[in-house]
Amino acid sequence: MLHALLLWVFCFGLWLLLSGYFDAPLLLAFGALSCALVVFVGWRAEVIDPEEKPLRLRLNPSFIAYWPWLLWQIVLANLDVAKRIIDPKLPISPTLITLKPSQRGDLGRVIYANSITLTPGTVTTALKGDTLQVHALTREGADALLEGDMDRRVSRLEGGG
Amino acid sequence: MIDALLDLLSGLSLLAGVAFAVIGGVGLLRMPDFYTRLHAASITDTLGVGLIVLGLILQAGWTLVTVKLLLILAFLWFTGPVATHALARAALADPDQPDPLLHREPPPSKP
Repeated sequence: MLHALLLWVFCFGLWLLLSGYFDAPLLLAFGALSCALVVFVGWRAEVIDPEEKPLRLRLNPSFIAYWPWLLWQIVLANLDVAKRIIDPKLPISPTLITLKPSQRGDLGRVIYANSITLTPGTVTTALKGDTLQVHALTREGADALLEGDMDRRVSRLEGGG
Repeated sequence: MIDALLDLLSGLSLLAGVAFAVIGGVGLLRMPDFYTRLHAASITDTLGVGLIVLGLILQAGWTLVTVKLLLILAFLWFTGPVATHALARAALADPDQPDPLLHREPPPSKP
């Protein structure tokens, strides 16, 4: 029930921001109704996820610190890959590695796998049980992942709370 | 004065975004096989899109348009990795695709 309510609040907030109608009662009511319909359909289709606890994760301070760090890593990786593309010698060394992520929950693993893919130069190709298969454009990129800095940061963000 | 500065920053950001998008496209053509091309495309996906949206946000100022631009960025950055992952996985499962390590000279340094 709490999840359904949160979903409605989220949907209606999104509707408000996208529509920009803040003072038209009829339209606001239509918006609220259509959000309620979305929540009802979601409940009927049983896609309202009862397992994860999104609020607890979000209150964790390292959760907020993680995103600026990830953004900076993405910028650095972009510059690195861009430099290699422009280089006439095309200095790449494709590598396939297997990682053992230390996150406990599904959400933590998905955040880790998506962070790897979002960073240019590394792509998660498989997530099976508790191993991750990663394709890296260069051996340096693969070695950086094997050092496990990103892995520890994602683990910390799901830990505390 | 501040308007001119914002225009300049937004113009620089748009130019840099376009440059990264073009570099991503060049990489797509230069890379030797499917997997390495994925890496080149992700430049356009992340910094190319990000800088272009940043430039547009500087033009829009504190309006609802900015909120919508940020939503576009968030959705692109959430769905991009999922699409890339799906492509890479499909290619690995396809027996007709060449070995992903075809162009590797030295072996990986760690298991």
